[in-house]
Amino acid sequence: MKVLVPVKRVIDYNVKVRVKSDGSGVDLANVKMSMNPFDEIAVEEAIRLKEAGTADEVIAVSIGVKQAQETLRTALAMGADRAILVVAADDVHQDIEPLAVAKILAKVVEEEGAGLVLAGKQAIDNDMNATGQMLSALLGWSQATFASDLKIEGEHAVVTREVDGGLQTIKVKMPAIVTVDLRLNEPRYASLPNIMKAKKKPLDEKTAADYGIDVSPRLEVVKTSEPETRQAGEIVPDVDTLVAKLKEKGII
Amino acid sequence: MAGNPFERETLNLLLFDWLRIDTLAELPAHQGQDVADWTAVLNLADRVSKEALAPAWRASDRTEPELRDGVVRVEPGTRAAVRTWLDAGLHLAAVPEDEGGLSLPFTVAAATMAMSMASHIAAASFPMLSVANSRVIRTFGTAAQIAAFAAPQQAGTALGTMCLSEPNVGSSLGDVATRAVPDGHDDLGPRYRLRGTKMWISAGGQDITEQIVHLVLAKAEGPDGRVISGSGGLSLFAVPSVLPDGRVNDVAVTGLNHKMGWRGTPNCVMAFGEKTGAQGWLIGTEGQGLPIMFQMMNEARIGVGIGAAALAWRGYLTSRSYARERVQGRALDARDAPDPVPLTRHPDVRRMLLAQKAIAEGSLAICLYAARLVDLSGAGDEEAETLLGLLTPIVKSWPSEMGLVANHMAIQIHGGYGYTRDFEVEQIYRDNRLNPIHEGTTGIQGIDLLGRKMLFDRTGGLDLLLRRISETADNAPDDLAGCVTALRAARKALEEGVAAAHDMNDPAAALANATQMLSAAGHVVAGWLLLDLASTERAGEGQKLACRYFSQFELPQVRAWLAPVVAKSDLTATLNEDAL
Ligand SMILES: Cc1cc2nc3c(=O)[nH]c(=O)nc-3n(C[C@H](O)[C@H](O)[C@H](O)COP(=O)(O)OP(=O)(O)OC[C@H]3O[C@@H](n4cnc5c(N)ncnc54)[C@H](O)[C@@H]3O)c2cc1C
Repeated sequence: MKVLVPVKRVIDYNVKVRVKSDGSGVDLANVKMSMNPFDEIAVEEAIRLKEAGTADEVIAVSIGVKQAQETLRTALAMGADRAILVVAADDVHQDIEPLAVAKILAKVVEEEGAGLVLAGKQAIDNDMNATGQMLSALLGWSQATFASDLKIEGEHAVVTREVDGGLQTIKVKMPAIVTVDLRLNEPRYASLPNIMKAKKKPLDEKTAADYGIDVSPRLEVVKTSEPETRQAGEIVPDVDTLVAKLKEKGII
Repeated sequence: MAGNPFERETLNLLLFDWLRIDTLAELPAHQGQDVADWTAVLNLADRVSKEALAPAWRASDRTEPELRDGVVRVEPGTRAAVRTWLDAGLHLAAVPEDEGGLSLPFTVAAATMAMSMASHIAAASFPMLSVANSRVIRTFGTAAQIAAFAAPQQAGTALGTMCLSEPNVGSSLGDVATRAVPDGHDDLGPRYRLRGTKMWISAGGQDITEQIVHLVLAKAEGPDGRVISGSGGLSLFAVPSVLPDGRVNDVAVTGLNHKMGWRGTPNCVMAFGEKTGAQGWLIGTEGQGLPIMFQMMNEARIGVGIGAAALAWRGYLTSRSYARERVQGRALDARDAPDPVPLTRHPDVRRMLLAQKAIAEGSLAICLYAARLVDLSGAGDEEAETLLGLLTPIVKSWPSEMGLVANHMAIQIHGGYGYTRDFEVEQIYRDNRLNPIHEGTTGIQGIDLLGRKMLFDRTGGLDLLLRRISETADNAPDDLAGCVTALRAARKALEEGVAAAHDMNDPAAALANATQMLSAAGHVVAGWLLLDLASTERAGEGQKLACRYFSQFELPQVRAWLAPVVAKSDLTATLNEDAL
């Protein structure tokens, strides 16, 4: 079985996000970018499936700017066998919308004859939580979202899902799209030797046009704004002052 | 309060814009590598440092290593962090490919070290020592010795130590008392039985790896049972804690030293050969001990400089965030304002932040510049080798001494809070306090600089340095003209100082003031590189500010330090000890 893992290049989770002065989006020029953390979990799970003999090949796919090559190299260094980069934008600020991504992925899935797609449940930059679901609809495959446990049992995938207030276990027919949640596993670091070895692994470069998909935006971002800044703290000398202050502010 | 231990943007500016390390990809040793590879490696080190190392740093200070049943227990978080670091293979970065490594530039490896040491200097020490140890074995050992002693370290199943110092021998290794008696010959070469006590041995015992490979400096006994006195009698031995046949070697940790800081690395008193004699194998030939150690010195000393720079950096970032949040007092020119202002509004606090920035970035610049010289000289660049020789004592001691000045200010900015154990700056200071002591004290570095590298030098190192300084001054942008003037004046003072020392025609008398020369030369080098950095196109306002601060407030000190040198002062050389 071939496992396809879509990975997205996003602003690093450690970076302090700055909104562009015109409010059109987040400033990404010269900012550290990394693999979407949920996608890392998906890559890890795919590699574990391969190590367990359940999967034969792990293919990482990224859709976006050319620089997403770096993200794919990380996936290869972690243990993916090969990678496909679909260049769909020139400007690092252009986010390809979930529908376009899902359409391209559907084509890649068909071309590769994949039997399982493991995706992050959402990308931490736009928090859409949509691509996996859309892909499932386009392919007519089963979907299991928010996976915190995954077992492949013959023709089925048994998936434990994190839902409000607890865990739900479902069994879906393969082929399937599984989107992964935080607690599924702890992704390994791509070690230094593997980073260098990954250079020799195949990385195919395509364009959105190669798949005949139009990626022009359908959504319009009206406004982006910074969250309210945290007020400076104040160190109080003793408990009495603390209580007085809390009362003053009407908190107690 | 956990702050950010380092800032990648600054490191990237230094590496890619200022030092232009992309050009290192043209060197034969790094064929086929590119900036994208190095960025990926730096990203790995960045994550391992922040996610695995940094969280264990505080605990390692509170839970000191323990010696129980002969085994040294490292604080568990630190043990796991070292394991993660080794599993990530970061120790293989600069090891040549044909020796099992990845042949990355030493500069890249140095940058990964800077991030690791800023995050948890005591955890980073384990692999750092091991890297130095296995390099000695790879360079001077036989194939069998490399397979037995270096390969396991590279595979991450063993860690190494450096056992040089003894209770009565630190700065002057020629007096080492540990003895090695010939004991036959086997696959691993000439075998000896070692007996003696080693002191201050970092990572001498630990519970991270089963095997520990000690590199021990000792004196081999001749057939008459005598040893050669002085450093010519020193030889180097590989002494594994577990022997090739699986038996435990006669090596024991007999005590732990309770340190001021850097507590995550156990510091051990070691007994070699208390029972039957510790089995060790000669590395290189008899009498070659010190020359071998000297070959490793440049890189080890850059390592110390980087640790000191990293801690200066962390203190700066920590106190900067504090100063931005803490409000206190009114601005000098608005004393009646209703609300107190952030500390960053006060010129004196700004001074302390700028000083720290100049010291931290200046120290990083010095170390990374030197690391690049290692790469260039490895590729046969003779000028690079000459300059590296001259700069090494400065690379080791300027960040070590000035890093503490920076950390002192980081505490000062915190006021009373900085004096408590609830804030990170006091630990940063205590950790950093080791750096002027180990790997050759500041005093020893001063003698190296003024003696070997200046008075007795035949390589033309100083002329080369002075030339490079002038080049930077000539090419600086107009808005840094004030810095150029200050640098030229400091350069001239240095030249005059060295001339005065030569002029004494009495090296012993001149060396009495060696540390003054070291301080002055360090400042000149820092001023030079800060200007060079600030002249880089992508350098920010902050780099220019740091350069201006250093030129106006610090460079004038060069002349003051050199005053006794220029005056040929014999005060410390000739005084009556009883009057001290
Ligand atoms: C935490 C820690 C870790 C260490 N780790 C290791 C390790 O892993 N392996 C190892 O082998 N060693 C290690 N050391 C030992 C370290 O290298 C020595 O402490 C150092 O070399 C100084 O030696 P000493 O302590 O005997 O001081 P001394 O040599 O007694 O020096 C005391 C003072 O006298 C000055 N002085 C001495 N001789 C001269 C001279 N000729 N001219 C001018 N001034 C002089 C020194 O500069 C210093 O200020 C470690 C030390 C510490 C504290």
